[in-house]
Amino acid sequence: MIGVLIELVEATGILLGVTLLAAGLTFAERRLLGFWQDRLGPNRVGWQGTLQIVADMIKIFFKQDWTPPFADPVIFVAAPIIVLTTVVLGFAVVPITPLVGIIPDMNIGLLFFLGMTSLSVYGVILAGWSSNSKFALLGGMRAAAQMVSYEVFMGLAVIGVVMLTGSFSLSKIVDAQTNMWFIVPQFFGFLPFLIAGIAEAHRLPFDLPEGENELGAGFHTEYSSMKFGMFFVGEYASIVLISSITVVLYFGGWHGPFLPPALWFALKIGFFIGFFILLRAALPRPRYDQLMSYGWKLMLPLSIANLAITGALMLSGIG
Amino acid sequence: MGDISTMAGDMAPMALLADRDIRDRGLPQPLPRQDTKDGIETLWCDVDDLLGQMQFLKSDPSQNYRMLLDITAIDERVRTHRPHPMCADFTLVYHVLRHEDGRELRVKVPLALTELVAPTLCGLWPNANWYEREVWDMFGIRFAGHPDLRRMLMPESWVGHPLRKDHYCRATERGPFVMPASTALAEQHALRDIPALAGMIAADDSDPEIMIVNLGPNHPSLHGVLRLVVKLHGEEILDVMPEIGFHHRGAEKIGERQSWHSFIPYTDRIDYVAGVMNNFPYVMGVERLAGITVPARAQMIRILLAEIFRIISHLVFFGTMVQDVGQLSPVFYVFTDRERALELIEAICGFRMHPSWFRIGGVAGDLPQGWDGKVREFLAYLPKRLDEYEAMVMRNKIFKIRTVGIGEYSAEEALAWGITGPGLRATGVNFDYRKAHPYSGYDQLEFDVPTANRSDCYNRVRMRLDEMRQSLRIIKQCVDQMPPGPVKAMHPLAMPMPREAVLRDIDSLIPHFLNATWGAVIPPGEVSSTIEATKGLNTYHLVSDGTTTPYRVRIRTPSFDHLQVIPMMSRGAYLADLIAIIGSIDFVMADVDR
Repeated sequence: MIGVLIELVEATGILLGVTLLAAGLTFAERRLLGFWQDRLGPNRVGWQGTLQIVADMIKIFFKQDWTPPFADPVIFVAAPIIVLTTVVLGFAVVPITPLVGIIPDMNIGLLFFLGMTSLSVYGVILAGWSSNSKFALLGGMRAAAQMVSYEVFMGLAVIGVVMLTGSFSLSKIVDAQTNMWFIVPQFFGFLPFLIAGIAEAHRLPFDLPEGENELGAGFHTEYSSMKFGMFFVGEYASIVLISSITVVLYFGGWHGPFLPPALWFALKIGFFIGFFILLRAALPRPRYDQLMSYGWKLMLPLSIANLAITGALMLSGIG
Repeated sequence: MGDISTMAGDMAPMALLADRDIRDRGLPQPLPRQDTKDGIETLWCDVDDLLGQMQFLKSDPSQNYRMLLDITAIDERVRTHRPHPMCADFTLVYHVLRHEDGRELRVKVPLALTELVAPTLCGLWPNANWYEREVWDMFGIRFAGHPDLRRMLMPESWVGHPLRKDHYCRATERGPFVMPASTALAEQHALRDIPALAGMIAADDSDPEIMIVNLGPNHPSLHGVLRLVVKLHGEEILDVMPEIGFHHRGAEKIGERQSWHSFIPYTDRIDYVAGVMNNFPYVMGVERLAGITVPARAQMIRILLAEIFRIISHLVFFGTMVQDVGQLSPVFYVFTDRERALELIEAICGFRMHPSWFRIGGVAGDLPQGWDGKVREFLAYLPKRLDEYEAMVMRNKIFKIRTVGIGEYSAEEALAWGITGPGLRATGVNFDYRKAHPYSGYDQLEFDVPTANRSDCYNRVRMRLDEMRQSLRIIKQCVDQMPPGPVKAMHPLAMPMPREAVLRDIDSLIPHFLNATWGAVIPPGEVSSTIEATKGLNTYHLVSDGTTTPYRVRIRTPSFDHLQVIPMMSRGAYLADLIAIIGSIDFVMADVDR
């Protein structure tokens, strides 16, 4: 009984932590972008603007929660819930430290993560479709095409790691990296994985489903108040999720000298979150068809080749 | 713009040549000519001969006027000083340009109030389309054979044609404005029906893949209130139709009730990112009408300010264009640079965006102490930043795949559509008005005209970056060579008269008093004055009837032409390309609608 209670507390703690971290990221991103773009960013509310999140939350909660009369009301409401839920559920399998994690040793952990990210696509597509608006529809269409194709080689890229470990369990994968991080043998698996991860989180340069310059706000054009807030938090949560999985798969999870495991983990995902934000500050956005051909013609062959070479090396006994 | 007599002298033999050509080719008759103050050959043509004459001017190898700069009209009904015996109730004015030698020509067509119809020129120059629509909207002159003669700047429910002299000018000349619900509804329907009216939707269009999307008039990437009706197949663009007029303020009509002097601030707001660049053609035109010679120092101050504003405008263009393809940071960097440039403007003029610093006969005041140091600082600062943009944007692979080969047009198309400025030079046509007709002393300054060999989005951005470097070169020469002397002409019509003179002698005090109370009386005449503005050719066609206000102010802006080319440039491209294309043509909606 007490064990269940501890589990519950831990799970709640992690999920709450992730959501808060995601909300906090909105602030961190704006300050970092401000730094890189020679401007200040939000620095008025609280010390150095740290209370900006609180202000934003108050604002977003008190906005009119409006469902457009032309939208499909049930799906329209369900879509943001799907997005946020699936992203947050993805954290269930992430091993944070040897002791902290909800179900880190689930034997299909990696598949569970892939499944959850695939499910979150539905949220985006349904949002675009149920809004019954042309901009949202175009955004939803882009999201469907982009995420379905990028998932293909995301899945293929991680198989290399699975082959080296012999398990889908994320804690086993972390354990297998005690001596050497998988970034070394699996560098050509890491590249497509990270790129697909950016696409999954639809962040610039892969933010075509939103494509603000042509589509206004893409799939969430018609959303307001907390329904929009859920997409927003969902996007940042998926940045955290993708960063965590990248760290777990290729950067040795909590492993690291001197510092406690939790700190190592935090430092590593912090690095990737910063990288995601830097990408947004630096790169323009490719066109939809260019993005697709990049995925299918370059990334997919790369991940297949990586898979073949990994397999060949393992069979020959070197890997 | 110095010496008018020499200019007219240069033009005279050429004018005769054109006459003889027209005779030799067996055209109906040599066209009667009108004298104008600007030396641009002005021919009067009967409406029946118009098509033949224009065809001849465009296609005959001896004429070769391949660019249609402007079509406008003048309501002559209350004009005292008729320019020519053929002049009737209305006059259509066609302004064409030969880009090889920069020669311009004006053809005027008289129309009686009872028969306000002229043949359309859409078959000769595609850009005649919008110009004729504008003339119909503003003057009620019909164009026979025009494919889409709808109102352009005014709403469909508007009663009357605003630029006619019998149309009221100010709100106090009419009763209170009311918008009945039925009109409001009709306007809404008109907006909805425009795609069908313009022929974008055929009745048998039942393909479910085809979608009509409205971009704007309120959309983050349209740089102002512009509406684009886009016909999409998936994300591929089948057709686009720009819908303008949301930013129309009636600047031309306002011009007819302002004094010659008090219209200057209105010009600043036409292309609102280019500040004093807009004053330039207007004051030059008035000076030419009045025969005022501007002192050398004032001329160079004008060039200095205009080139700083060219940099400001190009920086804004660059930042927003790059943001349109999704790169979010450069826009912040360029606005930092623009801030530096605006500080220069502020130090010299005391204003930032719209200084209205030019005056008839000079500039408002002399340069402040220490101005050259500040300008030199800026000259040292900007090139490094431009190098950074080169590395950050122009060499960025994603930026290249988004812009190279996108929205391309040929030199031939550019000339036919009336594209001027960097957009024309990107096709390889080396035409810069500062070189073709050096005004205000540009001939004394050294600078190159950057060109490229294909006009796609990438090269149009490239042109602006290169032009900024050339502008820096010009500014540097201005700083080095700034002549001493007065900054305002000693002329009774110069506005306002130099203060020292006014306080000293009665001959200056009286004109000052008259100018300040009534406004200057500019001698009757007509003049066109063109400059190489930031976006292309900006022309003011001024008509004076010998009163304190202009009889007609025609403002030809480059953005108007450029916007019209969007459909041609974007058919077959993707929706995201459309944003890159409209970003790359560099327009300001206030410059389009005026």
